[in-house]
Amino acid sequence: MALVLTEEQELLRDTARGFVAGRSSLKRIRALRDGVDRDGFSRDLWREMARLGWVGIVLPEPHGGLGLGYTELALVMEELGKGLAPEPMLSTVLLGANAILLGGSEAQRAAHLPAVAAGERLLALAHQEPHGRYDVHHVETRAERAAGGWALRGEKTQVLDGQVADFLIISARTSRNVRDADGITLFVIPPDAAGVAIQRQARLDGRNAAIVRLDGVRVDADAVVGAPDRGGPLLGRMIDRATIGLAAEMLGGMTAAFEMTIEYLKTRRQFDVPIGSFQGLKHRAAKLFCELELARSSVMHAARTVDEARDDAAVARAASLAKARCADAFVLAGYEGVQMHGGIGMTDEHDIGLYLKRARVAEKTFGDAAWHRDRFAALDGY
Amino acid sequence: MADLETFREETRRWLVANAPAAVYAPLASADDICWGGRKAHYPADVTRWLGVMAERGWTAPMWPREYGGGGLSRAEAKVLAEEMGKLHLRPPLTGFGLTMIGPLLLQEGNDAQKREHLPKIVRGEIRWCQGYSEPGAGSDLAGLQTRAARDGDVFVLNGQKVWTSYADKADWMFVLVRTDPEAPKHNGISFLLMDMETPGVSVRPIKLISGASPFCETFLSDVRVPIVNVVGPVNGGWRIAKMLLGFERTMIADAFKERDDKQRLVTLARRYLGEQNGRVADPLVRDHIAQVEMDQACLDLTLARARDGAKAGRPPGPESSIFKYYGTELNQRRRALALDVLGPQALGWEGPGFDDEELRATRDWLRSRGNTIEGGTSEVQLNIIAKRVLGLPD
Repeated sequence: MALVLTEEQELLRDTARGFVAGRSSLKRIRALRDGVDRDGFSRDLWREMARLGWVGIVLPEPHGGLGLGYTELALVMEELGKGLAPEPMLSTVLLGANAILLGGSEAQRAAHLPAVAAGERLLALAHQEPHGRYDVHHVETRAERAAGGWALRGEKTQVLDGQVADFLIISARTSRNVRDADGITLFVIPPDAAGVAIQRQARLDGRNAAIVRLDGVRVDADAVVGAPDRGGPLLGRMIDRATIGLAAEMLGGMTAAFEMTIEYLKTRRQFDVPIGSFQGLKHRAAKLFCELELARSSVMHAARTVDEARDDAAVARAASLAKARCADAFVLAGYEGVQMHGGIGMTDEHDIGLYLKRARVAEKTFGDAAWHRDRFAALDGY
Repeated sequence: MADLETFREETRRWLVANAPAAVYAPLASADDICWGGRKAHYPADVTRWLGVMAERGWTAPMWPREYGGGGLSRAEAKVLAEEMGKLHLRPPLTGFGLTMIGPLLLQEGNDAQKREHLPKIVRGEIRWCQGYSEPGAGSDLAGLQTRAARDGDVFVLNGQKVWTSYADKADWMFVLVRTDPEAPKHNGISFLLMDMETPGVSVRPIKLISGASPFCETFLSDVRVPIVNVVGPVNGGWRIAKMLLGFERTMIADAFKERDDKQRLVTLARRYLGEQNGRVADPLVRDHIAQVEMDQACLDLTLARARDGAKAGRPPGPESSIFKYYGTELNQRRRALALDVLGPQALGWEGPGFDDEELRATRDWLRSRGNTIEGGTSEVQLNIIAKRVLGLPD
């Protein structure tokens, strides 16, 4: 697939750009952060995004989706990323819906995907554990057979949109040892099941996350997503796709931070000249531009790798390439943005700091740059 | 598509029938590359390979047939390259004629110039060199002082060029000269084509820190060049010069990735640092290798993006400066990392105790330090990006 946009894709991008510019100001992001909003995002906007087809953008048409590709999804994610929009694309679409789509039964797909695409159902993946770092196979949470079903016990942390989700997808160990890829099973459960306790967390970017405690939660056999003990590879496939979506969001964030900084370099005057005329700053800005261009290529390539239906290893490799690149570039754009803004960049009042905070959270979600370099090396056989 | 498949079949058959056995062998060193020209002598098979390919115009597959090119469409040229790649065939010819002055003449040359020079480039008869830099005009290229004074139908050249790649091996030079010393510096420059055998041209090689001498000084003393050899308007050479630099920068970025086999750093790391569970044992070096290879992959994708954009009718603008800047910086990191992998075995200059690969790594590292200077320094590239892409004020 060529690394250029088609006319239809450009149109989609422009629509998303107009949507974010018109409906999702950074003032809104601040209000969500500073208020006591239980949801942490706008349900009105979410329904509108569903009407525009974006929530179901990669879901098949029979399940109410648009049946488009990750190339299209990445364009929407990028524009949402520019505006730091916290609507639950990552949790509900890229993680939750993908679990059901890639691993679920026909009944589960029919039960969840049309509701997701319509913007009426939120999903969350509860996979991260307090001692797991970036290893998705680190699963201490246990599920034991009990009276025709299962009983779940354990603790999940930093579950994205965990406190607003209508269903939770839980990774639990059903056999073997704590860090094994085998022996993991995924379950889809309602958050109001007996024994589930959810506690909202506050992270530095202000977005939704929660601790999910499972204390002997009883679920039926049909709550299993995919086959018992075979959840490890499924988690990998979902999270690689989510990583690509996140990288696209990060591309948008770094682009917005960069544009904000370049604008400041042109308008801020010191020593009677715009500070952007100083070569010390020009070269740093130009180097950052290179990093952004390379990041864009890596994201386009990753999205196309999924769309070309390449094998899991190719998708994993492209996901790691994009995530490592975007992690480093977004954090750098945040650092350079704050530095070049000078004192005002350190104030809460200025928006550049919002991007630095999001950069750090996104960088450490699904593995940081060093973690992905190590995985890339392993996938390439060294 | 059916036509293209037929073309592929025929091409493959023709290549197999006509490629001499020796040109299937991988290039052992840069010296094996055929640059053509009147001065060099190549092995018989290399000359024969050049001959049969040039006869079809396939040394310059996409140039028009009337100038000796292959007249192939982009898709056909891609097929030819793919089939040559599958057979591991060497390119029959390389050089600044094919990559720089040829494309420039196709765009800016007049018909007589195209007819005179392009077919000779295609056939590898004439090897070209580039006369840009001067002792007093490096990054500030427009400050060049080589004087071209009009005398009837000729320009009389006096001055000195430096960093002329392979001037000692080249037959012709494209050279920037000052034709109007009174005009503002960008407006008094012309772009000339000059036969290196013209009386008054003398050449002296420069020895580099790596020990090699790929560059020369070129001295011009009352060299008479016909006015018909001006490309574009007299005093309008700066625009032409910059256009050619665009070709050069894309070429430089492209050139670095072809040379090494892909896994060279990994192979070296396994040999010098050992393995553990099938992986390079030292996790820090492994991380550095992954960083270099991932940066390379992203750069390659960005080059592919620029090419795809050009095919879709969006030719590269000043943002192509990122290729020169990033490609050369990356090559330096790659060369330096190879030394880190080799450890004390990276310290040899020649002679016993060091094998050829170790000695080559050391020389390549030294040579790479020039990558960020030649063809426009990294700092000049960053200035171009800041000014012309980002619009930052002067």
